[in-house]
Amino acid sequence: MSAVFEQIFQVGFLAAIIRIATPLAFATLGEMFSERAGVLNLGIEGIMLLSAMAGFTAASLSGSLWLGVLVAVLVGALMGAVHALFTVALGLSQHVCGIGVTLLSSGLAYFLYRLIFGQQSVPPSIKGFQPAPVALLSDIPIVGPAVFNQFTLVYLAIIAVPLAAFVLYRTPWGLSVRMVGENPRAADSAGVSVIATRFQAVILGGALMGLAGAFLAMAQFNAFTFGVVSGRGWVAIALVVFGRWDPWRSAGAALLFAFVDALQLRMQASGLGHIPYEAFLMLPFIFTIVAMAFMSRNAVAPSALLKPFRREER
Amino acid sequence: MFRLEARSSTPAWFNLALPLIAIAVTLVLCSGLIAVAGAGVLEAYGVMLSASLGDSYAITETLVRAAPMIFTGLAVAIAFRAKFWNIGAEGQLLAGAVAGCAVGAIPMPGYLAMLLMALAGAAAGAIVALVPATLRVKFKVDDVVSSLLLNSVIYYALMALIEGPWKDSFSGYPISPPIEDSANFPVLLEGTRLHLGVIVALIAAPLCWFLIARTTLGFRIRVTGENPEAARYGGINVKRVLLSTALLSGALAGLAGVGEVGGVHFQVMSDISPGYGYSGIVVAMLARLNPLGVVPAAIFLAAVMTGAEAMSRATGVPAFLSDVIQGTALLAMLVALLFTAYRIRRVGASA
Repeated sequence: MSAVFEQIFQVGFLAAIIRIATPLAFATLGEMFSERAGVLNLGIEGIMLLSAMAGFTAASLSGSLWLGVLVAVLVGALMGAVHALFTVALGLSQHVCGIGVTLLSSGLAYFLYRLIFGQQSVPPSIKGFQPAPVALLSDIPIVGPAVFNQFTLVYLAIIAVPLAAFVLYRTPWGLSVRMVGENPRAADSAGVSVIATRFQAVILGGALMGLAGAFLAMAQFNAFTFGVVSGRGWVAIALVVFGRWDPWRSAGAALLFAFVDALQLRMQASGLGHIPYEAFLMLPFIFTIVAMAFMSRNAVAPSALLKPFRREER
Repeated sequence: MFRLEARSSTPAWFNLALPLIAIAVTLVLCSGLIAVAGAGVLEAYGVMLSASLGDSYAITETLVRAAPMIFTGLAVAIAFRAKFWNIGAEGQLLAGAVAGCAVGAIPMPGYLAMLLMALAGAAAGAIVALVPATLRVKFKVDDVVSSLLLNSVIYYALMALIEGPWKDSFSGYPISPPIEDSANFPVLLEGTRLHLGVIVALIAAPLCWFLIARTTLGFRIRVTGENPEAARYGGINVKRVLLSTALLSGALAGLAGVGEVGGVHFQVMSDISPGYGYSGIVVAMLARLNPLGVVPAAIFLAAVMTGAEAMSRATGVPAFLSDVIQGTALLAMLVALLFTAYRIRRVGASA
């Protein structure tokens, strides 16, 4: 047993957790901003997929990874705007619109990918992001190689968490976001434009989901495959609940999930007995459902979540 | 400037024409993608139409594909009526397929086998749907998220089965062993794949309509969905209604899986459902959550799916267009629904 234990907790384990957590952190922060403004975005799974496809295509055609990231972020923001158009401007059901955005985005992703790259036996790939060690910090034992010898997008995720907390809790815009998510009527009376603020938050959320897609296609897999997102968007929605709509807790939830996921990968690799590998793949999802059952009792969702705002209706 | 203004009444013709308007808008929007792909729009839609509804064989193929979507559409429609947000029809379908396959592999007289397959599949789907409903009732867990996550869990459980105990030891492919020949659903028309399950699906729709519109449970489901406070005040046990709705909804989705095993594939494989559970949401919305509307809505989507493959072969437009059409149709229908309650009014620039 101790041999298995040692194999699981190798030096690279911490690095793997950070890598797995990165796209989840972007996606979870994106969903959190949207929900904090009162808009559930179930389009996340499709938005991540379409962004991954667009980013991969741009990087592959132009040869510039950063152009790919930019395109992925713009596409994510655009799809966020589409979701906001339906749910915020028109006040339609957030559940069903989100599913619609996911169906539409994933359909578009597959359609356009096939149109651009055709049907190939070996899917095209790119030379993705390479680890960029941070001077001095990467020399710290254990933590250094794990945390500070990563892709630049990982550092961006690490910075994004305190930045998101600062924006949400310490800026006037963050206050507006929280107000329109908790009490849109009061926000409206205080002169905050509920519609505009919600649009901005959902678009920012979409841009962050785009970053998550960019990471998957350009740092983790270096290709666009139909399984590139495979439920990570849905997980991010659960992580927001688990993280109680707070940037720090959400990032913590992403790390915890990544820990379970990395553990599952190691356990698979160590060939534990005759347990089928699918049992390990299931593990993070079951873990999330069970964790939600424990967390949801005292979870405090934004009061206006799922409620459309129409000024003339009281 | 334009403003949405509440309507006092909706013209009757508008209610009926709504899905058709949404579908027309969808086809116009998606013709842009056909043009981008370098094909003639009318030609592409023409191929889709003739390949899905052009002759009697095409019609039977479309009906075979519509059957699982009738079941998942009914599952979603009934759940959404009670505002039980069941996004888990996909997982419930897979569970139904696995249970149906397990029973169908046991040698026994054909009709007994089919009956037990249906019961087992419905029970499996119902049990899966009960999880998000129970979590919501007992722990206030969001049913959207939990039912979504369960889809992944069930999918991996299915994969574990067909790559483990059920793996075909002869070919080594991850496919379950076939069900008994006697358990294969009878074919209704010689030379086609039109099977008994399609008829069952077509009968299920009016039965569900009767249940929703004419029974006490249906009344409770509707009141719970429309106004849970009023339901509670009126002495309805809202929690129990939610659990009953989940059982019913999951059972219907499970039957979709049984139909695919007994009537189409005769075994279970990883891609037994190309997302029929999610298509059920589109079907239910196009039907405006009316069980009777589920049938034409499912046939429309089935025709799009069947036709898209032929269109792809004939014109080179990727068959994934059918996925885009589904998403667009869902969103177009939602916008169309808005106009039953509101109308657009032009207001002066000074307003």
